[in-house]
Amino acid sequence: MTCIIEAQNLVKHFNGVIAVNGVSFALQPGVCFGLLGPNGAGKTTTIEMLEGLITPTAGNVYFNGKKYDKKYSNNFKENAGIMFQSTALQEFVTVKETLNLFTDLYSKSVNIDALIEQCALSEFLNRETTKLSGGQRQRLLLAIALINDPTVIFLDEPTTGLDPQSRRNFWNLVRDIQAQKKTVILTTHYMEEAYELCDEIAIMDHGKIITRGTPEKLLAQHFNSVVLQLPAEDIDGDLSQLPFTPVRNAKHLEFECTDVNTALRILLQKNINLRNLRIRSHTLDDLFLKLTGHQLRA
Amino acid sequence: MKLKRFRAILIARNREFLRDRSALAWNFLFPVLIVIGFAFAFSDKTINIYKVGIIGDPNSALIKEHSFFKTKHITFVPLDDLKNAIVKIEKHQLDMLFDLNTRHYWVNNESPGGYILERVLLSSKQQTSPHETTLATPFIKQKVTGRAIRYIDWLVPGILAMNIMFSALFGVGYVMVRYRKNGVLKRLKATPLSAFEFLSAQIASRLWLVMLITVAVYIGADLFLNLPMYGSYFNLFLVFVLGSISMISVGLLVAARTTSEEFAGGILNLISWPMMFLSGVWFSLEGIHPALQKLALLFPLTHLISAARAIMLDGASLMDITPQLLTLSLISIALLIIGAMTFRWN
Repeated sequence: MTCIIEAQNLVKHFNGVIAVNGVSFALQPGVCFGLLGPNGAGKTTTIEMLEGLITPTAGNVYFNGKKYDKKYSNNFKENAGIMFQSTALQEFVTVKETLNLFTDLYSKSVNIDALIEQCALSEFLNRETTKLSGGQRQRLLLAIALINDPTVIFLDEPTTGLDPQSRRNFWNLVRDIQAQKKTVILTTHYMEEAYELCDEIAIMDHGKIITRGTPEKLLAQHFNSVVLQLPAEDIDGDLSQLPFTPVRNAKHLEFECTDVNTALRILLQKNINLRNLRIRSHTLDDLFLKLTGHQLRA
Repeated sequence: MKLKRFRAILIARNREFLRDRSALAWNFLFPVLIVIGFAFAFSDKTINIYKVGIIGDPNSALIKEHSFFKTKHITFVPLDDLKNAIVKIEKHQLDMLFDLNTRHYWVNNESPGGYILERVLLSSKQQTSPHETTLATPFIKQKVTGRAIRYIDWLVPGILAMNIMFSALFGVGYVMVRYRKNGVLKRLKATPLSAFEFLSAQIASRLWLVMLITVAVYIGADLFLNLPMYGSYFNLFLVFVLGSISMISVGLLVAARTTSEEFAGGILNLISWPMMFLSGVWFSLEGIHPALQKLALLFPLTHLISAARAIMLDGASLMDITPQLLTLSLISIALLIIGAMTFRWN
């Protein structure tokens, strides 16, 4: 099957700074692909090269097997839906008028009433776009991205700044899009979001993809242990003799172990109170921190 | 170019402008307030000094012999062109005119200044010999009629043109920089909309809004001030359209690549303030330094104002203002091409 979108050795320099350094991947139609990474890793630059908004310093982008160039850009734009990380809409224009504006910019469009229903916009259709809440605004921006019935949709950190309820509401909208077999390319800082939505993820750092695969496969590949978590106040004994190294933060002690039974037995032998013990599997957060480090990024 | 996309951007921009009540009100009020202010300021203007035009040698014996030419509080202005001088009498820009060669004098029957000066002339004496004088005037009277051109009549075309300049420069230039900065342009770039379609819609939107405001302010000013119109309204409209396009093209050029609103504001002020003072909005350029007069010719506002005044006050035809029309067209075409070629979405 022809890949719907393919990045071939993409490189981007900005005034001598290497933002993206040889990124390659190919996506099958209908997949939800997550591009993860710390701030400044090169996610947005990569996605904007895929969208045709930035010209790569080197490398190529292919859409439906055809090389993206100026001649082909209109075909791509007619078939792509884009939701930017931060974007403003024209002021003093209502939600309905904004939808009509974007409808007229494309040669084909979905049924607007159905789109309004799908993205739950009907309650504030006549409100000016500058007077929307964060969640309402993101739903409108998603509707704009879907207005031309695209085959591939780019969502660049779509839930940043939303409350947990709005975020989960937005995830349901993305799941609806996935159900329509559309290809979704998502960048996010939220590992839970990537785990919930993405069929495949790639973690970027310093302009390169450092690992790629399904979330489950990556977790299995990088971790073979579970995490035991105890409240710090429950532990007052000497822990130096334990066969695993505890990691202490302000509230908890965490132990990684491959054999839970043995670990519990040792903790009981040390007379440690296990009443508040929690056992959890590794998450994408753990994987992200393991691969990109704990240092604060600018 | 797809008309559907052009129309969509045009409508959206019009809505944005018309619904921004404060900006809309300011666009109407600014020129009205200036016109009203100046109309009041100059309504009680009293003329303390009479202006008399002289054609011929100012050192001639006639000048020396006749006591009229020694009268205090009269400014004598040497002139070359009789035809233009008579027009100035018609419009009350001169109170009296003498042609020393033909010994004719002209006064406007409707001019109070002309009436007073004629009385002074007729009571003045001529030294016919070292010991003889005569009251008999050596000049033959020529009558002229025509209403006075007030300062406000002269000012209104300048105020309208200045308002066009501010509305076009800031309404297009500043707004596009804001669009670029807050990501509106980037969002539009991701659609099939072309730069040509987008820029055309911006020009069309601002053009009709500027013309709407200009026509409304002109009609209002005419109702209250009874403005003179010696030429054609259609020609005046055409000049304002061409002038607006040239101003919009300056705005587009400034906004083609700029991403900082502060920088764009500075550049727009740097362009608009010298234009406002050196293009003849407030005073005639005749008296200013020749270098500044040449500099003023670079400004589209200079050509717009001079063409509008020529139509309104002198009854100029399109042929008469061909240089101004050509200059405005050339400025518009050149700046629009450069602006479109250097335009950047983000």
